[in-house]
Order: sequence, then structure tokens, then C-alpha cells
Amino acid sequence: MADSAAAPHAAPNTGGAEVTKRDFLKLVTAAGAAVGVGAIVWPLVDSMNPAADVLALSSTTVDLAPVQVGQAITVMWRGKPVFVRHRSAEEIAKAKADDKGRLPDPMTDAARVKPGKEQWLIVVGICTHLGCVPIGNRSTEVRGEYGGWFCPCHGSHYDTSGRIRLGPAPANLAVPPYAFEGDTKIKIG
Amino acid sequence: MKILRNAAAALLALVVSHGAVPSTAAAAGSEIKFPPQIWSFSGPFGTYDRAAAQRGFQVYAEVCAACHAMKHSSFRNLAGIGLSEKEIEALAAAVMIPTIGDDGQPTERPGIPADRFRSPFPNERAARAANNGAYPPDLSVMIKARPGGADQMYALLVGYTDPPAGVTVGEGMYYNKYFAGHQIAMASPLSDGRVTYADGTRASVEQMSRDVTTFLAYIAEPEMEQRKRMGVKVVLFLIFLTGLTYATKRKVWADVH
Amino acid sequence: MAGLHKSEFQNPVINWIDSRLPVFTMLQKEYGVFPTPRNFNYLWNFGALAMINLVIMIATGIFLAMNYTPHATMAFDSVERIMRDVNYGWLLRYVHMNGASMFFIVVYIHMFRGLYYGSYKTPRELLWILGVIILLLMMATAFMGYVLPWGQMSYWGATVITNLFSAFPIIGDSIVTWLWGGFSVDNPTLNRFFSLHYLLPFVLVGVVFLHIAALHITGSNNPLGIDVKGPQDTLPFHPYYTIKDSVGICVYLLVFACFVFFAPNYLGHPDNYIPANPLVTPAHIVPEWYFLPFYAILRSVPDKLGGVLLMFASIGVLALLPWLDTSPVRSARFRPIYRILFWVLAVACVVLGVCGAKPAEGIWVVLSRIATAYYFLHFLVILPVLGKFERTLPLPESISRAVLPTGGGGPLPGGAAAKPMEKA
Repeated sequence: MADSAAAPHAAPNTGGAEVTKRDFLKLVTAAGAAVGVGAIVWPLVDSMNPAADVLALSSTTVDLAPVQVGQAITVMWRGKPVFVRHRSAEEIAKAKADDKGRLPDPMTDAARVKPGKEQWLIVVGICTHLGCVPIGNRSTEVRGEYGGWFCPCHGSHYDTSGRIRLGPAPANLAVPPYAFEGDTKIKIG
Repeated sequence: MKILRNAAAALLALVVSHGAVPSTAAAAGSEIKFPPQIWSFSGPFGTYDRAAAQRGFQVYAEVCAACHAMKHSSFRNLAGIGLSEKEIEALAAAVMIPTIGDDGQPTERPGIPADRFRSPFPNERAARAANNGAYPPDLSVMIKARPGGADQMYALLVGYTDPPAGVTVGEGMYYNKYFAGHQIAMASPLSDGRVTYADGTRASVEQMSRDVTTFLAYIAEPEMEQRKRMGVKVVLFLIFLTGLTYATKRKVWADVH
Repeated sequence: MAGLHKSEFQNPVINWIDSRLPVFTMLQKEYGVFPTPRNFNYLWNFGALAMINLVIMIATGIFLAMNYTPHATMAFDSVERIMRDVNYGWLLRYVHMNGASMFFIVVYIHMFRGLYYGSYKTPRELLWILGVIILLLMMATAFMGYVLPWGQMSYWGATVITNLFSAFPIIGDSIVTWLWGGFSVDNPTLNRFFSLHYLLPFVLVGVVFLHIAALHITGSNNPLGIDVKGPQDTLPFHPYYTIKDSVGICVYLLVFACFVFFAPNYLGHPDNYIPANPLVTPAHIVPEWYFLPFYAILRSVPDKLGGVLLMFASIGVLALLPWLDTSPVRSARFRPIYRILFWVLAVACVVLGVCGAKPAEGIWVVLSRIATAYYFLHFLVILPVLGKFERTLPLPESISRAVLPTGGGGPLPGGAAAKPMEKA
């Protein structure tokens, strides 16, 4: 049996027109099969994307009323911490003054808050360096050299507008999409 | 080819004999047959009748939900029977959902579309205690969990009658033509005019039963319409590919035969 | 360049790899030019179909496992979440669920093909035994998989099947407690079944590999059951059988799709959509359809241990089949009496399947006993005796002579060529 492996087989007919027609048919069939396999693979891949119940919870409403001036709270949004900080007039002034300072990721303070609601700074509490959660949200914690937040993992300093000022982080703390639903109520996401 | 045909016949016999199983299972001991109904959602192209399902949701919310949970479904799933986002938000907000307050104590908050339908009882024991020892089952997959499916649900809802002469019904039990053993702990939940339909449909017991069954069929298989639509495409594609492959096979084998 | 494989591939990248690890040469040898009898009918598709089916089951299973929670209080809910919320979760689950049935349909046809054409006979005994091991692994995997949704049938199926082991004297109860990891089917049982359900398919892949390796040593049997005599009897596997298998795969997928998209729960049982309840047994519990014949054999014996032993024996007897069938002729095409008895056996198996689904009472008990008796009689008595006395039809001289119009000559007269077991 094994000996016959190398033996010649009935060679396929190699007539001209016949071959072209067959090759075309083969090509179309192979293309059809490829489309089919692709269609089978997509549901498998897509099943790893966020499911409907996860997507349905992708927004969070936060009541800001209990947060006093100078305080900050941490809320969960899409499984991540979001810092909500009630800034004092002094902190706002400092953030505005620094608009023209040396900023690794230049952005004005006004672009990071909602107009008329400058006292509320809402940022995703994840250091843009490697994903640690910076400290400084409680008034008792170290807030870094710029009075905002400080990431203890690799020493990134953020200012009172959540902008990166010093350290390895490349970008400012992200501002999540949110909207005011009332005077002291926001919907994040 | 004869072999193939015989094998196919044997296989068919096996499948058919198996197909007979559910009905026998239902009939075991009680010989109950559920009158077959015509449903908008049966057949390979069937879809849920949106108006009926919406009326059915009303029946569920005003009648069934008092005792039965539907914990696998959420308010947002109502989009599948044609409710708008605004309507769903309003419906959800009208329901108070148990949660834990900032003080750590149990409290309630208005629902959001992402919330599951509220269960009427905190747990099975509470449900039994409130229902004379009987447990009102969860309705999420009820239609799939009964051999007769939608027909059985409909038959049960319209099957309440006075017991025939000579049959005594136990304390706290009710006679139903279509329930195994004919004695059910659930009192007839529907009566003519039990709900008032916004679209002016007359709320007869048959109408409400049909509507709520349509709604529960949707809740049991929310994916059905997508499944059937995709199925038609897949089957057509495979027929096309089979033809193509067979033609290629004929060509490849042409010089061998 | 000593030590490198001498690759004949022109493409430099393929050549570089192939010289160091001759996978391409191997593929070319085993699936490219592999000499395959030229007279396969479509029943020879079913091995390839089973392969495809195994791949589909493993692929869907891996993605289902990403969303499944093997815990007694969460398993049912996590399956419902897959059905409702996970993207295409319903598709993955229905494919996996119906895939199990498709797998058994395909493998049962594959086995009956082997029975009809005598594919188990020398030199393919080990190939056949590996197949029986594959069947056993499939049954174990399917059984444990059915437990995972933690519905009523899952729970009570697990209870009844694990209790089979309690039939063994003295150690029986300890075995069952060990299997359960407790005093009833519960969370530890579910957890270990999930672990094993994930493991066994890969063991299955290993045994399938051995099955194919053994097949490629002996070469395939064929509808005539006679050995390949030379190159004129064979065709290269590619393109002839790759394309022929592809036709079968398309038809198979078509049947599969009809179940998945239009009758996904037809082969299942409605009670499994009721969450497991250790306090209430469903009125009529039946295993999945593919276990029904074995279930009928189990119930046909009024003795607990006897029933369990007979059920295991019904598979064990298959492993002995190469030695029980004494006929030198492989294909039923040339065995007029065996051909009839083959269909009697097939009918007996279908009858057993039907009996397994019916309540164990009245006519169904009688029928299942008759069918069980025939099943064992067929293998243990009829086949050994029949081989000695059956007058077989004359065998064709060679495959090419029998199937090629130009090959001339039909069967040689007087059974002169009836030496089917001789080596090619």
C-alpha cells in the first residue's frame, strides 16, 4: 500500500477549453467557501465584544448635590473610576492661569468643563501612563505638586484641571462624555 | 445509492419516532392534547405580531407580574416588540427596583431600561408563603419549557372550567382542562375586561390569553426573528454553494468516470 | 545540509520550513497524493464530516465557555444570558447544542457504513477499536456537556447516569459519592463536569489523530471490500476526494443549518428550560436521543447490575467485532445473508431507540427485550457462525475492473478471485 504512494496516478485531462472552465468553476467555489468560512468566524469573534447587558449599563447618572466645595467623589462608569471634583474658586483660577503654562498635552481648562459649570471637573480616574488609579481624590491624600492628582505608580502629577504636568504620563486625564440633566445631576456616557 | 436511501429512511424513522416523544410526554398519564393555534410567530418566516405582544405586555404587567417573575428579561428588551426608547424609560422609571442605599440599608430606586423586570417576591420561600405553598414559576423561558409551547400556554389560560360531575377539587386548587392532573394552584388569572386595552381591542379572555402568550413567546425567544432571517440567508447561500461544489465535483471527476 | 529534510517545494518560504519540519511534505503525502480507492460512494464522506463537526464543537465550545459560569446557582442564568445578551450567543449555543446531535448522526452513519462494508476486518482491527474509543469519549463528553445548562434534565440525567455506578457491589456507593464530590449531584459535580467537558474534546482530537494515522497505514476500505491491487485502483486524495468531501460538507451544513435556525429545540427536551430542582423529578425523564438505544438496553434487564453491565457490553462487543465476524469477505455487497441481517440489526437499533423514549411498560418492554436479544445474538452468535456457512458472491478481480467501463471484465466466474484479505 505504502509503495504505491509514489506511483503515478491517472493524470487529469489537460485539454484547453475544458481546463479554463474547470479552473473558473474551482475559483468561484473556493471564493464561495471562503465567504462561508468568514461568515462563520464573525459570530465567534463578535461574541467577545461587549454583550447587550453590558452596553445597556454604559451610562451612569450621578447626583452632585452632596459634593461640597473642595470635595471629590469617585463613581463607577463602565467598570472604571470617574473622579467628580467640586473645585473651589481658587482651584479654578489656578487651572485657568496655567492655560498658558508649560503643558505636555496642551488644552485649556474651559475645554475640559461645561460652560457655566466650571466648578465641576469630571475626569476618568485612570492615569494615561499605564492605567493605575491616581490618588488625591480625597482631600487627605497627596495631590502632587500641582494640587490635582498624583499617580504613585510612576510619579505622574496632574493639575486641578486633570492635565498632566510632570512625570511619564503622555496625556491629560480623559474627560468622559457627559451632560447635565439638571443643575446638580449629570449623566455620564 | 440504495444504501444511502435505506440509511436515510432509517434515520428519518429515528427522527420521526423521536418527534413523537414530546407529545407522548405531555400525554403520559393524563392524555391531554392542546388544540393547535395559529401564531404569527410560527413557521420559518413567522414574526411576532407587535400589537398583540404590546397588549400582551400590558396583561403581563397588570396581571401576571403580581405573582410571576421574569428575571431573565429587562425593560430594554421591550424594544423588540416595538416600544420606543422614551416609552421604555417611562415604564422602567415607574417601577421601584430594590437596591442598597448609601447608608447600606435596603431601599428602592426608580428603574432604568437596563434593569431586569422586578420579581414580585424576594425569593422562592417568600413566593410560596404568599401563594398557599405553591411557587409561581418564572415566565422568562416558560414557552420553551413546556412540550406544547405557545399552544399549551394558551390552552391553560382559557382552560378554566367548572369541574365535571364527580370530580372534587382540593382546597385552594382550581379545575383546569389543560393542566396535568386537572388541578392547578393558580386561580383563573383572566376574566373578560380584566385589562383595558389602549388600542380599543375588546379584552376577552381569549384575546388576552392570545396576546400574553405572544408576549411570552417573544420573551422566551427574543432572538427568533433575527435567527429566522439569518437562517433564510444561510440556507440560500448553502444551496448555492452546494450546487457550485457539486458542479466542480462533476468537472473534476469527469475524466475518471 | 545533512540532517535537513530534502524538500521538493519550490516556494522558498515553504521550502525553508519544510526542510526543517516536513509538515508540508506530510500534508502532501497524506492529503495530497494519498492513494485512495477510486470507488468510494458518498457514505465515505462521513469521516470527514465527523472531523468538521469536532472542529465546530470545539470552536463554539471555547467561545461559549468565555460566557458560561460553572456554578449551581449561576449556570442556568449564564446560559440564558448567552442566549439573550451575548452577541450571537444564541447562535453559538444552538450550534453547539445541535452540533452534538449532528455529531452522533454523522458518527452513527459512519459506524453503520463500517459495519456494512466490513471496514473493521483485518488489517483494520485497531482502526475500528480506536473508533469505538472515540465513540465512548464522545458519549462521556456529550453527557457531561448536557449537565452544564443545569436544567431539570441536566440535573436528573446526571443523577440517573452517575447512579449507574452504584450497581457495582461493595464499592458502588463510594464510586458514586466520589463522582459527585458530595452526597448528591451538586455544585462540585457541575464544576468537575465542566472541567472534564472542556478536557475530553482535546483527548478526542488525540484519538482521532491516531484513528487517521492508523487509517493511513492500512489505507481505506471501499464499497467492494477488496484490496487495492495497484495504482489503477486508486486516485490521489486531492482533488478527487477533497472535492467529493466538500459536496458532503455542504449538504451536511444545510441539514445542520435547518435545525439551528428553524428548529433549534426540536432535538432537545423542554424540561431543560426549567432550572434544576433537586426536590422534584420531571414526570418523564429521557436521555438525549443519541443515548436512547443504550438506555433501552439498560431498562430491558430487570436487574440493576445486569442492566448496567449489558449496556456497557453493548459497546464492548463492538470492540470485539473484528474477531467475531469470521467471514473472509468484507463488503455486504457480496454477502447476501449478512446484507439482510445488517438491516435487521439497523432496525433493532432503531427499535431500541424508540423503546428508550417510551415509558418502560407494556409492549415497549417486550420490544426492547427482543431488540436487545437480537443485538447481542447478531454479534455474538450469528456473525461467528454465518462466516463459516454463508455462500458469498464472486468478488471482482480488482476495483478498476469492477468500476471502470473500459476496465473490461466483470467479476471472475466461480469466485476465483475470492481472496479479499490478501495484501495489495
